Amino acid sequence: MNAIKYVHEQLTGKKEHPSFKPGDNVTVNYKIIEGNKERIQSFKGDVIKRHGTGNTASFTVRKISDGVGVERLFPLNSPNIESIVLNKTGRIRRAKLYYQRRRSGKSARIKEKRLLESAAAE
Amino acid sequence: MKGIIGKKIGMTSIFDPGGKQTACTIIEAGPCVVTQVKTKDSDGYNALQLSFGDKKDKHTNQAEKNHFSKASTAPKKFVKEFRDFAIEKNIGETITLDIFAEGDKVEVVGTTKGKGFQGVVKRHGFHGVGQQSHGQHDRQRAPGSLGNSSDASRVMKGMKMAGRTGGDRVKLKGLKVLKIFPDKNYILISGAVPGHNGSIVLIQK
Repeated sequence: MNAIKYVHEQLTGKKEHPSFKPGDNVTVNYKIIEGNKERIQSFKGDVIKRHGTGNTASFTVRKISDGVGVERLFPLNSPNIESIVLNKTGRIRRAKLYYQRRRSGKSARIKEKRLLESAAAE
Repeated sequence: MKGIIGKKIGMTSIFDPGGKQTACTIIEAGPCVVTQVKTKDSDGYNALQLSFGDKKDKHTNQAEKNHFSKASTAPKKFVKEFRDFAIEKNIGETITLDIFAEGDKVEVVGTTKGKGFQGVVKRHGFHGVGQQSHGQHDRQRAPGSLGNSSDASRVMKGMKMAGRTGGDRVKLKGLKVLKIFPDKNYILISGAVPGHNGSIVLIQK
């Protein structure tokens, strides 16, 4: 396993993303290449799953767009991820929030985890 | 032909600059010591014998010890021969991953994972019955008819039946070298490679 770890360390880019967990609300700025033009598209939603370690790690973001649930899976170390912005941290009790798919409206909201001011200052 | 002996480590994936993710296998290959040089004059054909992976003295018999001492190297676990090697090497010299470059197309030879005694669906890709009703009882994965009736009164040779599966020597062609880490002797090869992690594979070009 050490060999795989070594290869992952060599492959993983220098980009630093904020640490985020399932339940957090994030904005992913993703590079999109159309022909030879390049633009950045942002996708804002709740992280419902983090998967894998090292270079193969990925995460799934879910949002409600025009009343329709949309999920998108991003490879964490993809060079096409321009940046990840952490908007809110959620208070949840599961690692995988698949139950969100069955919910809509008010029950689909994730409560925000508020840190104590002293803890936040540290 | 050029080649090297390696050990399969495991799989991961790699991104190209465009962001495309490709599955790849990590192989720890070389350094291999040339332990014998066969020539047309002395042996009837040209070949290099390469050795890889140290083994303990107590597991080596006297004949092997003498053989390896000719190349002035420690006893090795794996010895393989590569015919018509493209690079001229003398006995005792080493071969490392610098014989390959990133982007090369290579062949990988390995022994597939043994699956034991398997039925025709897994072994030969038969489709099975495909439905559970209409009187199938418990024969959903059965092979069906083996052939003709009285006008042969025998089963044709080579009929595909159940049996021991896997554990075969397999050569995969056209795999791409994605990345090489020369200081650690690691090579990343696109896609999957036969065998379980830790098994011996030959990479050749």
